[in-house]
Amino acid sequence: MGGETTGRGRLDVADMRRRVGAHARERVIELLLTACGVVSIVTTVAILGVLVFETASFFAEVSLAEFLLDTRWTPLFVDKHFGIWPLVAGTVLTSAIAIGVALPFGLLAAIYLSEFATPRARSLLKPALEVLAGVPTIVYGYFALVVLTPLLQRFIPDLAGFNALSPGIIMGIMIMPMICSLSEDAIFAVPESMREGAYALGAGKLQTVFRVVLPTAFSGIAASVILAISRAVGETMIVAIAAGQQPNLTANPRESVETMTTYMVQIGLGDTPTGTIEYKTLFVVGASLFVMTFAINLLSQRLSRRFREGR
Amino acid sequence: MAGLDPGQAKPPSRALERAFAGLCLAAALLPLLLLFVLLADVVYDGLSRLDWAFLTSYPSRRPERAGVLAGLVGSFYLVGLTALIALPLGVGAAVYLEEYGGRGRLAQIIEVNISNLAGVPSIIYGLLGLELFARTLAMGRSLLAGALMMALLVMPIVILSTREALRTVPLGMREAGLALGATRWQVTRRIVLPMSLPGILTGAILAIARAIGEAAPLIVLGALTYVDFLPDGLRSAFTVLPIQIFNWIGRPQAGFKLNAAAGIVLLLLMLLLFNGLAIYLRNYFQRRTR
Repeated sequence: MGGETTGRGRLDVADMRRRVGAHARERVIELLLTACGVVSIVTTVAILGVLVFETASFFAEVSLAEFLLDTRWTPLFVDKHFGIWPLVAGTVLTSAIAIGVALPFGLLAAIYLSEFATPRARSLLKPALEVLAGVPTIVYGYFALVVLTPLLQRFIPDLAGFNALSPGIIMGIMIMPMICSLSEDAIFAVPESMREGAYALGAGKLQTVFRVVLPTAFSGIAASVILAISRAVGETMIVAIAAGQQPNLTANPRESVETMTTYMVQIGLGDTPTGTIEYKTLFVVGASLFVMTFAINLLSQRLSRRFREGR
Repeated sequence: MAGLDPGQAKPPSRALERAFAGLCLAAALLPLLLLFVLLADVVYDGLSRLDWAFLTSYPSRRPERAGVLAGLVGSFYLVGLTALIALPLGVGAAVYLEEYGGRGRLAQIIEVNISNLAGVPSIIYGLLGLELFARTLAMGRSLLAGALMMALLVMPIVILSTREALRTVPLGMREAGLALGATRWQVTRRIVLPMSLPGILTGAILAIARAIGEAAPLIVLGALTYVDFLPDGLRSAFTVLPIQIFNWIGRPQAGFKLNAAAGIVLLLLMLLLFNGLAIYLRNYFQRRTR
């Protein structure tokens, strides 16, 4: 009997050892997994750190007033000017054209998918539209420069070889699926009872769509459009290929413009030594781009939260 | 009673309704049609240039002699390395958020942070790569610096899709495991991860597909545009297929545009391959778990 007790005691010790070991292992694994999650925080901090550090050293050499008030951007010339507006204008112009294309197409396609399409048509169209968003932007850039610009030049004779119009249109086609899919989610989320209520009051399909469904889904749709704007502002390769590298304070889509992202590519292609003012402009433009897209994303998040709560 | 007669109000609105539905359908089909035409055009141009010599040659000043070897091999190395770094990190972070973090403060901060990171333009990651990896950590314009940067860039995609996959595992499966005395990690390792594997793999392949097509951050990082050698290690300089294509598009001669078209065909083929693989794997695993 005594032997049995000792035996059990030994077993218990062994078992306890194993449990302690297992517990320690569990802790180590949990710590490792937490570390993986923390990598994303470190990434954000590093991005902010890099942008703030280099931007600060840029503004040690160039005044904020010059950055915001000068209307010329010529950091690579002998006569240097550091006014950000030409790059902002190029970015805003190409993005506006893109949204001008993507909004009507995306929204109408979303209405079709949620209100008119048969389940079969829906299951074919949705993945097909996803393909549009999955094509690499370098390919779209090729289309803009090699195919669309020469085509447009037949109809618009004074269209420059590099212009804002062609990449803007192509960019619109690229972001159209984004507006479509997010707007469709918003339209889909409108309760069926509201449609039925409208029908019961004698409204037709069109009246229901325009007076009930779209107004109800409005903030969700707006959030999708704003997110698409952010995407267009940050888009790089299409404009770098087809819009040109000419900082140009203009609203004329036929002219060549340089976007903020294109300027960054331009500097990236050259061999710019660290510490020079040209190197720092890369970061100050990057920081401006970051602030712009971040503000737009925040606005979109606000709107979509309001949409979800208001429902 | 006239207002209640359906025959009176409906005929004009029916026609209008049809027209509107047609307009909406056209809005969905037109961009697709355009893409189809553009793709057909580039494939037609590209196929005429695509041959064995094109695949096995280095860039050249003469378009008919130039090839994509350096870009193709560089892309494979870069994407492979990126996947090696991004997948464990991304899946780990997702497992932490879904299985361990719960509603904790840290988990919430990470969650908000990831959704913000997903909205950062890819070119901004180029600045991070340039300043942090290439300059401060002195990796230069190497494969390693490029892969680390790309890994951070695609991590939000891996995390989001993995979380999605983990959420499809019913809570009851976890509870059954825990009730049998398994530890949290044993439950995760033996039950949750195997069950969500198809979803995780699909997300991983989507992340890889994204990395294959990226050019902008790599240009900012300083990846070379003219490379007549193959990378021989992590510290080696490199180029990738999209940058090679970008370089050719920028040249005025028509011959280089043709090269760009051929490069694009290769790029699209690679993406097709990966997406096909994703679909195949998902179907394969779905059959097996059922």
